[in-house]
Amino acid sequence: MHDLIEHLMELTTSPHWGGVLPYLIEGIQITLYITFIGVFFGLILGIVTGLARLSKSKIIYGLATCYIEVIRGTPILVQVLFIYFALADFFGITFDHLTAGIIAIAINAGAYVAEIVRGGVASIDKGQMEAGRSIGLSSFQTMRYIIWPQALKRMIPPLGNQFIISLKDTSLFAVISTGEAVFMGRQYVATTGVYFEPYFMMGLVYLSITIPCMIILRAYERKLDV
Amino acid sequence: MIQVKDLYKSFGDLQVLKDINVEVKEQEVVCVIGPSGSGKSTFLRCLNLLEEVTSGEVWIEDENIADPSVNINQLRTKVGMVFQHFNLFPHKTVLENVTIGPIKVKGEAKEKADIEAVSLLEKVGLADKANDYPRSLSGGQKQRVAIARALAMNPRVMLFDEPTSALDPELVGDVLAVMKDLAKEGMTMVVVTHEMGFAREVGDRVIFMDEGYMIEEGDPEQIFNDPQHSRTQAFLSKIL
Repeated sequence: MHDLIEHLMELTTSPHWGGVLPYLIEGIQITLYITFIGVFFGLILGIVTGLARLSKSKIIYGLATCYIEVIRGTPILVQVLFIYFALADFFGITFDHLTAGIIAIAINAGAYVAEIVRGGVASIDKGQMEAGRSIGLSSFQTMRYIIWPQALKRMIPPLGNQFIISLKDTSLFAVISTGEAVFMGRQYVATTGVYFEPYFMMGLVYLSITIPCMIILRAYERKLDV
Repeated sequence: MIQVKDLYKSFGDLQVLKDINVEVKEQEVVCVIGPSGSGKSTFLRCLNLLEEVTSGEVWIEDENIADPSVNINQLRTKVGMVFQHFNLFPHKTVLENVTIGPIKVKGEAKEKADIEAVSLLEKVGLADKANDYPRSLSGGQKQRVAIARALAMNPRVMLFDEPTSALDPELVGDVLAVMKDLAKEGMTMVVVTHEMGFAREVGDRVIFMDEGYMIEEGDPEQIFNDPQHSRTQAFLSKIL
């Protein structure tokens, strides 16, 4: 007991809190960079495949379903290892660390976004489509002016959630040395042999981003409910 | 105006409309009555192709709409539809609900569409709600906006699919009054309804449907006072 208190006292004056911070700040910028660009392309991919899942064409539906199930059925760690190492090994297709990370996030988030899009559109009462069609709007116009704006509102909370998940998923890219926050923290650990402060700090750095995101999302959801 | 010939409609193995033959003349108000599941809503929805026709012909003026080459969006501007559950667009104001058709389908200028929409909203007694959203309206008000939305396309025919069935009893009157005005102005109307009072008073003709067949048709007096078919008698004795 006495030892533990002494140990904790030592922590308060540890130089490693401040020591690891520059590493983490550099790393988290790369984390955010990968996340923003990856999720941006993931959104495009997800909207396209999500709408494809609503298609009457069996081929389009089938292709979209295959993509979504393969991605959702495999760990993102496997996906990024495949993109970075396997493609290079077999096809000679090589990406730099960052590009591989961005592609992995885009493809991975795309599959989840697709399900959010499909669910959002499917949640709109089919009477809305009928009403739009009955005044002469084409099915594309009804989708654009009537269904999509309503669906988008409902999609924002799960999309925000997916952003947070993708942000955390980038931590796995430490295995391909993208230089994001976890990789940078581990660099510090490797040079100092200290574990506690760097890893604790690492958690705090992630929380400093995810908690504000969650607060904004909650506020938006409350506004939607009114 | 409308001529339906040998219309059949199936959902998979289930035949919901069998051998339907009807004519609706210009300015005529035809009310369709019958028990639930009799096919009356499906019949109505075939008239603007919200349901695909399995076989037969549906002529609206000089076009057979069952013909796949028909421009369906063009056709629907001629046929207004009012739904049981209103189906207003909740993310648009009352005014925008009414103007979206003229602006997006007919390419009207917003200013012109707005002016016409306001006068339509006056007609249904809701001009003061133009900038409100549908969620702040009562059911009766919503349905009147839905009528204005359909009228904004200047349709040749108006279809009503149980327009008062989802309303609280005290709100039914306002909607029926608007429909009555429309009928007086000479609008051609096909009304699926459970409002026997309306069918009797406003209808020029009443059609009784059961199990996908048109069992009997005639003028309201005859159908309500002297139904010929036993199924019509059985139905009317239950509800009158």
